[in-house]
Amino acid sequence: MTDSKYFTTTKKGEIFELKAELNSDKKEKKKEAVKKVIASMTVGKDVSALFPDVVNCMQTDNLELKKLVYLYLMNYAKSQPDMAIMAVNTFVKDCEDPNPLIRALAVRTMGCIRVDKITEYLCEPLRKCLKDEDPYVRKTAAVCVAKLHDINAQLVEDQGFLDTLKDLISDSNPMVVANAVAALSEIAESHPSSNLLDLNPQSINKLLTALNECTEWGQIFILDCLANYTPKDDREAQSICERVTPRLSHANSAVVLSAVKVLMKFMEMLSKDLDYYGTLLKKLAPPLVTLLSAEPELQYVALRNINLIVQKRPEILKHEMKVFFVKYNDPIYVKLEKLDIMIRLASQANIAQVLAELKEYATEVDVDFVRKAVRAIGRCAIKVEQSAERCVSTLLDLIQTKVNYVVQEAIVVIKDIFRKYPNKYESVIATLCENLDSLDEPEARAAMIWIVGEYAERIDNADELLESFLEGFHDESTQVQLQLLTAIVKLFLKKPTETQELVQQVLSLATQDSDNPDLRDRGYIYWRLLSTDPVAAKEVVLAEKPLISEETDLIEPTLLDELICYIGTLASVYHKPPSAFVEGGRGVVHKSLPPRTASNESTESPETAPAGAPSGEQPDVIPTQGDLLGDLLNLDLGPPVSGPPLATSSVQMGAVDLLGGGLDSLMGDEPEGIGGPNFVAPPAAAVPANLGATMGSGLSDLFDLTSGVGTLSGSYVAPKAVWLPAMKAKGLEISGTFTRQVGSISMDLQLTNKALQVMTDFAIQFNRNSFGLAPAAPLQVHAPLSPNQTVEISLPLNTVGSVMKMEPLNNLQVAVKNNIDVFYFSTLYPLHILFVEDGKMDRQMFLATWKDIPNENEAQFQIRDCPLNAEAVSSRLQSSNIFTVAKRNVEGQDMLYQSLKLTNGIWVLAELRIQPGNPSFTDLELSLKCRAPEVSQHVYQAYETILKN
Amino acid sequence: MIGGLFIYNHKGEVLLSQVYRDDTGRNAVDAFRVNVIHAWQQVCSPITNIARTSFFHVNRSNIWLAAVTKQNVNAAMVFEFLYKMYDVMAAYFGKISEENIKNNFGLIYELLDENLDFGYPQNSETGALKIFITQQGIKSQHQTKEQSQITSQVTGQIGWQREGIKYRRNELFLDVLESVNLLMSPQGQVLSAHVSGRVVMKSYLSGMPECKFGMNDKIVIEKQGKVTADETSKSGKQSIAIDDCTFHQCVRLSKFDSERSISFIPPDGEFELIRYCTPKDIILPFRVIPLVRELGHTKLEVKVVIKSNFKPSLLVQKIEVRIPTLLNTSGVQVICMKGKAKCKASENAIV
Repeated sequence: MTDSKYFTTTKKGEIFELKAELNSDKKEKKKEAVKKVIASMTVGKDVSALFPDVVNCMQTDNLELKKLVYLYLMNYAKSQPDMAIMAVNTFVKDCEDPNPLIRALAVRTMGCIRVDKITEYLCEPLRKCLKDEDPYVRKTAAVCVAKLHDINAQLVEDQGFLDTLKDLISDSNPMVVANAVAALSEIAESHPSSNLLDLNPQSINKLLTALNECTEWGQIFILDCLANYTPKDDREAQSICERVTPRLSHANSAVVLSAVKVLMKFMEMLSKDLDYYGTLLKKLAPPLVTLLSAEPELQYVALRNINLIVQKRPEILKHEMKVFFVKYNDPIYVKLEKLDIMIRLASQANIAQVLAELKEYATEVDVDFVRKAVRAIGRCAIKVEQSAERCVSTLLDLIQTKVNYVVQEAIVVIKDIFRKYPNKYESVIATLCENLDSLDEPEARAAMIWIVGEYAERIDNADELLESFLEGFHDESTQVQLQLLTAIVKLFLKKPTETQELVQQVLSLATQDSDNPDLRDRGYIYWRLLSTDPVAAKEVVLAEKPLISEETDLIEPTLLDELICYIGTLASVYHKPPSAFVEGGRGVVHKSLPPRTASNESTESPETAPAGAPSGEQPDVIPTQGDLLGDLLNLDLGPPVSGPPLATSSVQMGAVDLLGGGLDSLMGDEPEGIGGPNFVAPPAAAVPANLGATMGSGLSDLFDLTSGVGTLSGSYVAPKAVWLPAMKAKGLEISGTFTRQVGSISMDLQLTNKALQVMTDFAIQFNRNSFGLAPAAPLQVHAPLSPNQTVEISLPLNTVGSVMKMEPLNNLQVAVKNNIDVFYFSTLYPLHILFVEDGKMDRQMFLATWKDIPNENEAQFQIRDCPLNAEAVSSRLQSSNIFTVAKRNVEGQDMLYQSLKLTNGIWVLAELRIQPGNPSFTDLELSLKCRAPEVSQHVYQAYETILKN
Repeated sequence: MIGGLFIYNHKGEVLLSQVYRDDTGRNAVDAFRVNVIHAWQQVCSPITNIARTSFFHVNRSNIWLAAVTKQNVNAAMVFEFLYKMYDVMAAYFGKISEENIKNNFGLIYELLDENLDFGYPQNSETGALKIFITQQGIKSQHQTKEQSQITSQVTGQIGWQREGIKYRRNELFLDVLESVNLLMSPQGQVLSAHVSGRVVMKSYLSGMPECKFGMNDKIVIEKQGKVTADETSKSGKQSIAIDDCTFHQCVRLSKFDSERSISFIPPDGEFELIRYCTPKDIILPFRVIPLVRELGHTKLEVKVVIKSNFKPSLLVQKIEVRIPTLLNTSGVQVICMKGKAKCKASENAIV
């Protein structure tokens, strides 16, 4: 029986013929006809006109025919929704068929028909099937819930399918469990906030048990789901790890990679001195090596992931260098990846081997691969200092081969080696100069020119060499032109007597004949520098250069951590977070590694929140930038207006520049720096604000002294919380808290640079808020913040900014700017920082005001579990500027009458009921009265934080 | 998860397509043809991202299998699935070719239906699939009772073995296939060598027998716990150091981890039980001494000497040496001391 004949019908009137056949009485003929229809469908012909006829064939007891008809339905139901209703009856009937295969088939197909009218009818049968006695039907129904959710999420929730799905996790059949997990994971992904996959130790245990029994695919679903779980402590993490490790020897590499993901993630939680940690590390290496004997496509996926793992935990694979040696029949993409990993693993111990290997690669036939190999040699030299000499000699050998692209690539990397080890290998310059003529790629030419310019004093005929380049100045690419300009200026500064003519020539070429603004600008700058102050020019152009860093293409640590959570998935293959390539809201939930237990928990606590369920404390980064755009414009720019000294600035710029891999000389960025935004906009807005602040705080200080009530201890300070995670701000992490001390409010910030580049030019701006909080002084970060450095800053605040009511009341939206970008986040400030020192009210006044405020403005709260007596309460509150006006003892209960005043002059009156004699009853009752009742809630929160800490 | 699956022939014509998700449109079919199949020379990754859609593609005997997705899927899983799909198709109708795919498109649709539900791989064990998907389409004659037996079996713990198989003779064949992979520098220095081996089983056993499999390897020693390096080297002669093994899914992995015994219920027919790798202490069966000389720009002389490391009393048969040659090799002169030699232009190799 060959089906290929169905593809070959091309006659006209074919549809009619088919129609007739479909309606024929003979079963065989019907089946043939349906097959023909499907065949035409496959090649893309429109056979939707046959819809009613095909649907008529649905009522058959032949399973094969039924499957074909269903296939047809899936394809065309959408184009003919009204007709599709005709099929519903059969579906519903099939869902009750005694044959489980038919029941499952019906449910599966119905889920694939994305017509609203049909989905309505789907609910009943689906509910039945979810509870079907046959596991095959149940597992199909589980996936069907995910399908339905994709079409109509609301319906799924209303019908309570989610709960049924959750029950299926405890099903006795492993495959049902696996599919339920898969479906729930998918649904949870589109609802990051809902706590759908509520993982707890019990459910985890169930999953781990199912893991041993289900199919390979099911194991993948379960492992992927496990990776999202955050164990409570290291012991739990260890026990999960122990049960996952056997998966490492599964034949399916996807299972292995998913298991590796779980282990890598949970390892974060284990302490390093644990024995188990060491064994786990040892166990991880062999499976990763085995992955390399799989099919090339899988090897590629594995290698991309190994690349990540090596960056995160180099110790795992440090002894396995040999397996990454390239085989001659590897596809090119595998070769390139292996090379990358080899460089990462290169160390003093194995460098000899690596170099020998790389040298071999440099003589291969594939041009791309050879280039990368040559480049790799250079990177080895920069990474392993001891090997530098050998690398250089290897490169020289390669230059001797005179193969064009090898030579060019070698010159580019030798330039980098010069940057790393100045004054060490300059002896090779002569050899390089011999190959000047063979260079035809801009990058290599630019590198060569840089070398000539940099070491002009040691090359006798430097001027001749540069002059020869100058002849074809206009034909060169911009990169080479810029480099040539700088090199000639360098040459002039080193040998002023002989090269005056040359320098004039190049300057006029650059400034007059060129239409490239970069080139013109740089030309002018040099020209002016040289004509006004040659000494300064010398200092600028010939400034000491910083050494280049070891590894230039590391992934940022925060991104790396996120990618580790995505091992095995597409994100890890692209080395990009999923949000970069997934459309819409799906999969943009940021995942983060769990923190190591017992180490600075307080600062990292928001990050421990399991992905998909952000905790309440976590600050939400303001998503819409549009609102704040206006603020951005008058964001006052922080750095001192005088500007940093030129020399240091050039160093920084150079460093940034180099990291970007650019070849531009240090001076290249100078004009931009000067013309850039740093020098505009003196912070006019901040000046009056400053004045206001000093006056305000001075006044209240005075008050303190006269009244003698104010305490010097200052109010309660909450521990710092992470406001802006590094992941959302290109590596800048901000944590902070608010304090009030002797009448002034300040925001204590801790800025941590988790990126790979230096951060400078910090500035801060608040959006309008309920109490007019505004920075009283610009953000002072004096030194540039280098990678992994942290600074603590206290930013004084005042309350004279513009006022706008926020929701919630104490919400503060902040914009922080640095040289990289502007970031937005919002945070909630505790209200007690706004309680002023002169908040003590006179007794009579208190009584009058209490009566004056209408009763509906009174709010009642309970502060639970606060075993303090009246004195303790009152002294504690007083340090936060809540003053006790009077105290009364009624029926064994202490009543405190208190008053406080906010910065904007709102008085809040409080009655606090304490039951001191009763240790079992430790709740305090608080009733608040205020003319602005909306603040009561926040005042209560302030009470609670003060009293509980 | 997987949004759609396409099968192309070498020209880029779609032989078969199945779309599982709404986010994957038919235009993806054409995008793939233009960007990957027609531009194969430049494509340097098995995963291509075109307009935010990711294509996973595998090419085997000129038939392209491509999975399409817009989400952050488990990449390793997708590739594993594509390979499994090839295996399943091969198990059903032999060689995978354009003709065979066209001949069996109905069957492939059925298989896909069973294998992939909403983009989630379900069941891909040929043994289990063959129970209820057959080429002849006779399954509707089965009794209902039998049907439910099938389903519980398909979803159950042991999805690979059918119940109620009876053989008059209970037989089990075991083949150990080992291949030595050797990487040598031109100077004759061994860069890396490892043996990758497979234990292939052919089982004709009745019922659901539980089998155990033991080896006299280091695994056994490791069970006792702390083995210092010295001890291993002492007993090194007797035991084989097996670095890592991967097992067929019928092996109980947790049992292997705790007790170091390989216990399993074998599926019917042929399957690969263990795949393993030993990286250390390999005594090579042969010594190969290559000599390559370049004679001018257009000539190359290759001399290969093979020496056996075995005792002269042992005899080796069927040795085949392949020397890969360049694509544009025009003529080969072969001088051979023993045996036969010829040049196969089609394989670009001297055999």
